[in-house]
Amino acid sequence: MTETSGPPLRVFLVDDHAMFRAGVRAELAAQLTAGSGGNSDPAEVVGIDVVGEAATVPEAVQKIVAMQPDVVLLDVHMPDGGGRAVLEQVRQQLGTGSTVRFLALSVSDAAEDVIGLIRAGARGYVTKSISSAELAAAIRRVAEGDAVFSPRLAGFVLDAFAARPDAPVVDPELDQLTNREREVLRLLARGYAYKEIARELYISIKTVETHVSNVLRKLQMSNRYELSRWAADRRLV
Amino acid sequence: MNDTGPGGYGPARFDPPAVPVPRLHRRREGRLVAGVASGIAAHVGVPAVAMRVAFVVLLAFNGLGVLLYAVFWAVLPAGPEVGRAARGRMLGLLAFSALGIGVLIVRGLVGEAEPATAALGWLFALIAVGAGIIWHLTRGDQRQRLSGPAATVTSGQPWLNSVLTETGRRAYLLRFVVGGVLISVGTVGLAAFYAPVGGSRPVAVINGMVFALLALAGVGLVAAPVLWRMFGALREEREARIREQERAEFAAMVHDQVLHTLALIQRNAAPGSTAYRLARSQERTLRNWLYKPTGSPTEKLAAALEQAAGEVEDAYAITVEVVVVGDADTDDRVVALVAAAREAMVNAARHAGVPTVSLYAEVESGEPADGDGRVPGEISVFVRDRGVGFDPASVDAGRHGVRGSIVGRMERHGGRAEIISAPGDGTEVRLTLPLTPDRKEGSG
Repeated sequence: MTETSGPPLRVFLVDDHAMFRAGVRAELAAQLTAGSGGNSDPAEVVGIDVVGEAATVPEAVQKIVAMQPDVVLLDVHMPDGGGRAVLEQVRQQLGTGSTVRFLALSVSDAAEDVIGLIRAGARGYVTKSISSAELAAAIRRVAEGDAVFSPRLAGFVLDAFAARPDAPVVDPELDQLTNREREVLRLLARGYAYKEIARELYISIKTVETHVSNVLRKLQMSNRYELSRWAADRRLV
Repeated sequence: MNDTGPGGYGPARFDPPAVPVPRLHRRREGRLVAGVASGIAAHVGVPAVAMRVAFVVLLAFNGLGVLLYAVFWAVLPAGPEVGRAARGRMLGLLAFSALGIGVLIVRGLVGEAEPATAALGWLFALIAVGAGIIWHLTRGDQRQRLSGPAATVTSGQPWLNSVLTETGRRAYLLRFVVGGVLISVGTVGLAAFYAPVGGSRPVAVINGMVFALLALAGVGLVAAPVLWRMFGALREEREARIREQERAEFAAMVHDQVLHTLALIQRNAAPGSTAYRLARSQERTLRNWLYKPTGSPTEKLAAALEQAAGEVEDAYAITVEVVVVGDADTDDRVVALVAAAREAMVNAARHAGVPTVSLYAEVESGEPADGDGRVPGEISVFVRDRGVGFDPASVDAGRHGVRGSIVGRMERHGGRAEIISAPGDGTEVRLTLPLTPDRKEGSG
């Protein structure tokens, strides 16, 4: 553990599948002892400590409010409202000043769920088939306040913002993506990592992160009609 | 699967036929009363006025005109609604009414009237009109009209609205009562005609009861098919809802349990192992069944690409992350594009030496079309891996397959293929296909 710096990230798991929780917990622990996972500078790697887990919405809300972890890994699909209910209730109880960040983790690729959770305040979305190294990287990124877009989420967002090019734009600041943001999203959807995007576009990784965070903000703040209608139009569950 | 998945509203909308059906029907546009005359006229190919005059003149024969009209009204289905069915001009109606009265007066003047048979005709006409009113209550077009815009508001059970919207229900009841009264009067009249009332008091009372029963029986007889049809529709609708509900529950169960288990297996099995491949393939099949907006691989680009990716996954035990933005209908050029993309995936699976390949496709809109809507401008497909890569300059001869099956294929269909790779740096195949056929203007 000599290679970690600073206090470890406190991570909380919410998932109604005990097996899955156990699996993620074990993998994250293995990830920690295995070190940086290759492509990061060992000096910057922060440890990950799974401080708790919950299987139901009320249990999750109560424990998260009590523990105030850095990052909550949130299952999208659960009884009693799923991840979205957890997110909304924790936000309500902790207020907007809370530093608890949420990363959606789902077996479902349904656009409606994913966009819904992001709009409710999650900082990113990854599928459950993600490798443990990538999961650890995503947790660290979310903890730093950045957004995490899987290729699929990037595709969903491009689709949602491009669905109706001639739709009325109420607030250009929020209702449209800039060309640069679109480029970044396209590269994300093509499977590029942030580092590769930076190289491809001749910008810094930090700039890539800023673009992605801006997209996230637009996704959350925009009242664009299609964003709420879009998933339903695609008739996805 | 032709249904729309849990929570989707069925496709059971009323679609007006695109081309006018050459079937005999009542015309909605330009009608004066119910569109019978104009409908028949259109079918036979004579002016509507002639047909109307014929009906009016037939009035002279014991009211045969009304009887025929009523029967046709009851029997003929309504034609497709073209715009708002404006009930005919008052003036025209007045003119034909005047003509009708004239005909009746003339008929009366000419004399030799047989009041008995004349009354008979009118009574039959009465019953027919009543039956017509009731039967048309539940015709599809009528339902559509009754529900009107309210149906779209409470889209849960569109069928219910036809009966339950406030105005709809009132109109429904009113029509039923009017129809019932007409039929009652008609039947009682007929009965009185054939069994003239007379004699002593008790007989009159019995006669009255018999008449009432007859009237009831008449109404019942006429209304029975209507009621039967209504209950049938209700039952079907209920069954459909139960089926839909069951499907939704089943889908949720499969989602929560089976898909989760399959994801777990993939996490714990080594990529490339049989267990991994089976779990992945099974997950894809289930997911398609649960979520996919209906689109056939033979019709839609997105579905075709996903199918191709699935085949490559199964054949080479890799994972292909498919992301498609937008969609397009397939034609032979799109099929070629999908084939080229498939070839690129196969190459990545064979040579890259990594378990994951990314496929990204985007359909970009081009110029607004002349008509309504926009025409798609270009399809781009990217197949990328982070594998060993190669030096494109050095392997041309060795990779003759790539030249033919990817680059050549794209060029034959007016598209382009670029292969970007460097040793140790992965490979990306970029395919672009203009969707609007090349006009050969400007640069190639």
